[in-house]
Parts: sequence; structure tokens; C-alpha cells
Amino acid sequence: MTRVGRFIGQHLIMVLGLIVLLYLFAPIVVVILMSFNQPKGRLSYTFDGFTWDNWANPCQPYGLCDAVSTSLRIGLLATVVATALGTLMAFAMVRHRFRGRSATNLFIFLPMASPEIVLGSSLLALFVSSGFGGRLGFWTILIAHVMFCLSFVVVTVKARLAGMDSRLEQAAMDLYANEWQTFWRVTFPLVFPGIMAAALLSFSLSFDDFIITNLNAGTTVTFPMYVWGSAQRDIPPQINVIGTAMFLLALIFVLAGEVTRRRRARS
Amino acid sequence: MTSDLVLEGISKQFAGHRAVDNLDLTVPAGSFFALLGPSGCGKTTTLRMIAGLEEPTTGTIRLGDDEITGLRPYKRPVNTVFQNYALFPHLDIFENVAFGLKRRKVKDYKPKVEEMLDLVELNDYGKRRPGQLSGGQQQRVALARALINRPQVLLLDEPLGALDLKLRRQMQLELKRIQTEVGITFVHVTHDQEEAMTMADTIAVMNGGLIEQLGSPAELYDLPATTFVANFLGQSNLIRGAIIGQADENLIVDVQGRKVLVPKARCRVTEGEVWLGIRPEKVFLAPAGTEEGDGVNQLLGAVVTDVSYVGVSTQYLAKLPWGQELTVFEQNTGARDTFRAGDAVDLHWRPAHSFLLDAAQDALAGVEDVE
Amino acid sequence: MSAVGQLSAASQTPAPPPPRSGRRLTAYLLLLPGGLWLLLFFVVPLVSLLAASLYDPNGSIEDGFSMTWSFGNFADTMADYARPFGRSLWYALLTTAFCLLLGYPLAYAIAMKAGRWKNLMLALVIAPFFTSFLIRTLSWKLLLSDNGFVVDALKWLHILGPDGRLLATTAAVVTGLTYNFLPFMVLPLYASLEKIDRRLIEAGGDLFAGPLTTFRVVTLPLSMPGVVAGTLLTFIPAAGDYINAQLLGTPKQRMIGNDIQRLFSAGAYPTAAALSVTLMAAIVVLVLIYVRRAGTDDLV
Repeated sequence: MTRVGRFIGQHLIMVLGLIVLLYLFAPIVVVILMSFNQPKGRLSYTFDGFTWDNWANPCQPYGLCDAVSTSLRIGLLATVVATALGTLMAFAMVRHRFRGRSATNLFIFLPMASPEIVLGSSLLALFVSSGFGGRLGFWTILIAHVMFCLSFVVVTVKARLAGMDSRLEQAAMDLYANEWQTFWRVTFPLVFPGIMAAALLSFSLSFDDFIITNLNAGTTVTFPMYVWGSAQRDIPPQINVIGTAMFLLALIFVLAGEVTRRRRARS
Repeated sequence: MTSDLVLEGISKQFAGHRAVDNLDLTVPAGSFFALLGPSGCGKTTTLRMIAGLEEPTTGTIRLGDDEITGLRPYKRPVNTVFQNYALFPHLDIFENVAFGLKRRKVKDYKPKVEEMLDLVELNDYGKRRPGQLSGGQQQRVALARALINRPQVLLLDEPLGALDLKLRRQMQLELKRIQTEVGITFVHVTHDQEEAMTMADTIAVMNGGLIEQLGSPAELYDLPATTFVANFLGQSNLIRGAIIGQADENLIVDVQGRKVLVPKARCRVTEGEVWLGIRPEKVFLAPAGTEEGDGVNQLLGAVVTDVSYVGVSTQYLAKLPWGQELTVFEQNTGARDTFRAGDAVDLHWRPAHSFLLDAAQDALAGVEDVE
Repeated sequence: MSAVGQLSAASQTPAPPPPRSGRRLTAYLLLLPGGLWLLLFFVVPLVSLLAASLYDPNGSIEDGFSMTWSFGNFADTMADYARPFGRSLWYALLTTAFCLLLGYPLAYAIAMKAGRWKNLMLALVIAPFFTSFLIRTLSWKLLLSDNGFVVDALKWLHILGPDGRLLATTAAVVTGLTYNFLPFMVLPLYASLEKIDRRLIEAGGDLFAGPLTTFRVVTLPLSMPGVVAGTLLTFIPAAGDYINAQLLGTPKQRMIGNDIQRLFSAGAYPTAAALSVTLMAAIVVLVLIYVRRAGTDDLV
């Protein structure tokens, strides 16, 4: 066997894994590329020329930035509400024994195991039958988003809490911290990364949701709905600018996290 | 300033089993007290009840004149060194040690923390996180974090369990030194009999939620009260016999037709079937047919079945005519050649080195619990 | 970051005994707001969806719908929509299979081979998902387009005939679905692979013959909880998706989600609700059978 061949033999799994990662990144490359596209015609499915214009004027297409701002507002609100409610539930699930605990567990798991189209259509059925059919919009979207983010928050925070050694809290109590101080000095700081992860997840789920939102949005347009609408007609390259910006933001988050982790490990 | 810790009628019932059963215990102020027993004997539960981390089902716990039974953990002048230390991973070493003082709003805690870090020889580590320290260092932080509060009682839950043998030895001596220095009552929970004997002034041997025996290490070793203690603390040879009479200060015991004497003061029973106990290092081997003087107990006609050389001593197994094998430890003083497997030997010991236990007890109790 | 990964991890971590009992009231108080939200906006809607599916199908938004217990709605919709329904389940199955095929090596590489790059690789699996789902699907449209390089490459390799195309085919829809739900497979797989004691694999290597046997007898069975969680998290959303079918396919690749969405927009609530209920029921039944057969009932 050649050296290259032997290397591949030993690292076959890694090579396969990297190929799959490549598959995950292929569309991202296209999105980044297309954010610099200067389309000739209305349908921008080909790369016609390089330009900075899209980045300079991201709000140029009518309604795009309004949609982004709507999505951001809904995303932030939904994240705050879902994270708060979900964290409380996670504490109840991990730190307490009560009647109906496993039923509650199932109840929390179910929304994650339901297809979005079912969640969306059933909410719509509720809104219509309770007379809110004509008032669909910002608030109905928010209600829907909090609902489907909740379960993910509970599960994420629960994992963090369950992985925490309860002796740490006992040690705090042993060292003169009352229940309140124990919570804020020990429990909360240790669970905080889990809560942060849950909040990030909520935000990205909310910001990205289309199927449920589309059914319950009325005339309100979120960013994914804007993209959907323009996909039927023409796709302004600015959409790719927004996509790229979000990706870069996420990447910065990830890299910053990794760098601080490494630095902390080294010092 | 310190006072005795008194447990009265303490029981702890968990779903389905009773972890601690009607325990009475007095830990004298300023002593180094060990709760020794196999896992599941109730020692850790007892410790957690003293700390306030479990509530006793029945009974009271007092510190001097103050009852602390129902007090929350943070209201007790008691601190704990947890098993696996439970150091706060999100705080540095300094903050870990300062934790208790800050909660009690002690002003000017910094020099105290520095001083305490000094005591455990970790002055340069204040800015590190627990994860960056070795096991031994973490152990010392846990100790410092508890000791800095000057509790009336310091509880240690298997504090050395996670350390390797050499470090454990070193820390045993260190703990003993610190205890003498600070004069605080230490209650130490362990399953390691050697650790308990090295450090503690008083040991309570626990088994099945009960205290089997309480006393100084020498008392427990020299005169165990039960077969469990006899086996769990060191090793014992337990030979079946029956009391058949008395002579002066001794009871006469018949062992397979051979009469041996045991001082009355060393007998837990006065009649009937018994276990005759002798520690392996108190039994002597002699070539078969050697004459022994009066006042020495003898069992004749044994055969050496196994010889293990362990440097300072040689360990023999000697099979008696009725099939039981006794363990014999002999110092390698060089006074005589060692025996070989197959040699015919007689066994002898001084009556004051044996003890009698009730034959109703299990001769193997505590044997398999030794780790 | 690994929030979704913890999703399956959470289901397997037994909760430590709580420090104090007898605080049930606190537990209920903590659960109350979130529980109420789920009750009002998850359970009640399901009930009203069920109700809507039994309305008189001749009603309209303007005139309102009346409850006529029209169980016939189900038979009617199944007659009309059996094909897209079956197609949805079939596509979801294909997607799940491809996700497993692609996701397992990646999860294995991250868990077992990545070393210090583990966290970074894990983050990279999630990072693309911060770009909108729709935007990514649209870029697949571009990647798979008739004059795109993927089609050219496949033609050059003679995998695709000279007139062959990818866009607007089943292959395109399944590629998109697989792409979109792959992380939901990778993260739970990673979580359960990462938990496997390496010494077990070494012991496997010590006792059995080759690495393949070790994988089959040791690693794979131990990673089953991740496989079960991952396949469910892939299959369920894939079966209800309509974005990929819409953007990458043609009406021939229409999935049940397309119809439900279209019927709701057109105001045909009873029919749409009946389809939605049927989809939910089918998924619940399939999942129950699957979980029973996979023998993992501690999934929740």
C-alpha cells in the first residue's frame, strides 16, 4: 500500500466524516458566494458578476428589513418567555419528585415529536374556532414560537441540571449558604451554560421557523416568509447577505466559545 | 469552646430499609473519632444526619447543650469534607475557601484565607480552578474550605478514598497533625480499617445500621466484642469450642477434646458453645512434639499447608486434625528456619492473647467486607 | 451549543434523588406557567384540530363550519390524498436511511477520532443551521440546477444520462430533506457514542477478531439509544415537511404537507384538519411500533 493509501485506511472514518461535513457546508458556500452576486436578470440562480452592493444596501429590497426586524423581535421575545418558563419546568422535573412526573415528561416530549405541520395546523384550528382567525399576526406567531421552543428548553436545561453533582449544593449549604444563596451562588452559575444554550437554541428555532409561522401569521411577514415569498418570484441577493451574516455571527459565537475554553484549559 | 457531640436514639428509615437503627453515640470534644464499617453499614448516613443533610427519622442530635437535630445545614457549627470533595468548579481556589466566611459576612476574610491556604501548603494556587489541581491538592482545598470556618465538629466523608496509597499515607499523618493543631472534633467516616486505626483516638465499628463496638484502636484490636469486629479489624482465627468449667481467673474451654484456658475478663460468654479467637501473630508454631511449659495453650498434630514469604514476616496456613486451617504470622527474626509445606507442627499461644465470643455469631461476619 | 445533542442525553440521564422531599407544591408551581402554555397551545389545539376534522366539509370561512361529526371526511381525504400521503412516509423513510448512513460516520469520527477538535467539529455540524432553513434549501436548488456543477459531474461520470437532471426529481427532494435533518441524526448519535467506554471497544478488539466485528457486536448495540433518538428526530419532521418538495421538486413530488398547507390556505379546514390528524395518527402508530421493536422505552 502507498503511504497515501495507508493514511486513508487509518483515517477512513475521519475522511468520511469530513466529506459529510463538506456536504453540510456546500450550500453555505453557495449562500456566501451569492451574497456577492450581481444578477443580470430577475431570477438570480446563476452567478453573473461580483459586487459589494448587496452588502452595502441590505435593506434595498422592499420589506426585507421589516421582515428581519419582525423575526428578530419575535425571536427575542419567544426566547425570553420560553427560556424562563422552560427553565422553571426543568427545575421541577429534576429537583422534585411529584405525582405524574413521568406523564409530565411525556407531555413535554410530545411537541418535539410532532410534525410542524400538525402543530401549526392545530394552532390555526384553535385560533379560527375561538374567533381569532381574523387577528392572526405578531402575537399568534409569538404564542406558537414559545410553544415549540419550550420543550427544547426544558430538555436542554434538564440535561445540564441532571449532570450537576447535587453534593455541590449540599456543600454550599454546609458552608452557611441558605437555600436562596445556594441557588444564586452555586446552582444558577453552574446551570447557566445550559440556560444559555437553551436560549440560543430557542432563538434559532424561532428565527428559522417557517411551517408553523406560515399557518398562523395572517398578514405579518417574518424573514423566512419573506424568503419563501420571493422564492416564488425572484430572489434578491440581499437575502443571501442576511443568511451569510447570520452564519458568520454563529461562527463567531462558536469560535469565541472555543477560544475561551482552550485559554481557560491552558491557564 | 467545643462541646461533646451526642447522638441519642438516632434512626434513619429509607424506603424499604433502615440505614441507621437506634444509635446512641457520644463523641468527646476535641477527639478524632472514626466511624468504621463496610459500605452500606449506615456510617455515611449518620454523618449526613450530623451535617443536617439528612433528617433522622427518630432521635436527637446535640452539641453540648444545644439541640441541632432539626436545624438546616447552614445553621450548624459543623462543616464537612465531602467524598470527592465537591469543590465549586466555577470558583477559583481562593473563592472556594472563602465561601463559608463570606456567607457568614465575616469581614476581612482575605488574610484568613491566605493563612488557611498556607496551612495546607497551597498559597500559590489561589487563582486556579479546582479542575486544574491534582487529587491530593483538591483534597487539601476541601479540608481548608471546611476548616477555615472553625466549626465545632469537622466531618470527613471518606476523605482519602480517591487518593493513591502513598498519598493516602501522607495525608493520614497530615490530617492527624492538623487535628492536633486546631483541636477541633473530627468525625471521620471510612471503610478502611488501617486508616481509622492510624488516625482516630476512638473508633466506632458499624455494621447493618448498628454500632458493633466502640473503643480505642488497641482495645478493638486486642479484644473484639463480636466476630464482625474480629474479622473486619485485622484477621482472626476463630475456633469452635465449648466451656466446660473454670479454674481461678480462667475459663476452661474444650476444643476437639483438648483443654485450653481463657482469662474470664476476655470472655463475652460464660457457658455453652463458643468461638475461641486468636490473632494470627499471637499464635506460635513449633516442630511437632516440642514440650511447652505450663500456662500455655496448645493444639497438637497440625500440618503446614501453605507458606507465603512477605519480607518482614512469613504467613503460614496450618491444618488442624479436624480440617480447620489457622493463619499464623511469624516475624522473620532469623532465630529459626522457616517451616515448609507438609511439616508436622504444634500450635501454642498464651491464654491472655485469646478471647471468647458467642458461638451464635457468624464466624465469617465481616470477612468479605474487608476491602 | 450541543443543545440538540443533549436532547437524547437527557433522556438517558437518571435524575439524582432530590435533596428534600415534601415540596410537591413547589414542583407544581414551577410547572404551572409552562405547563399551562403547553396545555393551551399544544393540547387544546390538537383537540380543536380533531374537532375541525369532523366539521361539515361543505362549510366555508365566510359561513362558518358546523360540527356534523363527519367521520366520512377521513375516508374522503384518504381516497383523494393517499398518494401524497404514502409518498411523504416513503420520502421520510429514505431520508432517515440516508441520514443514518451519512450521520453515523460523522458522529463516530467526532466522538472517537476528533480528539481536541471534538468541540469544534460539533460546532461545525450546527453552524450551518444558523443560516435560514429556506435559504439553504434554495441554494440546493442552485447546486442541483441543470447547468450546475453537480449535474455536470454526474454526467461526466455517466451516472446521469446526457438528458438527465436532478432538480425537480425525487432525488433532489430527498437530498434536500437529508441535508436539512442530518444534524438531528448526528447530535443524538454523537451523544450516545461519546458515552461509550473506550475500554469496551478495546476489550472488543482484544476478544473478537476485526474492527468490523467489534463495531457490530460492541459499538453499534451500545449506540442504539442514539440511533433510535436520531431516526425519530429525522423521520417525524421529514414526514411533515413540504418546503423541500416545493422548492426542489415538482407537483409529482408533492408531499402531504403541501396539501395540508394548501387546503388550509384555501379555507378547506375540515379536509385539511382530517389530513393533519391522519398524519399525526400514522406517525404515532409507526413510532410506537418502532420504539417497541427497538426495545428502547426509556426514550422520554
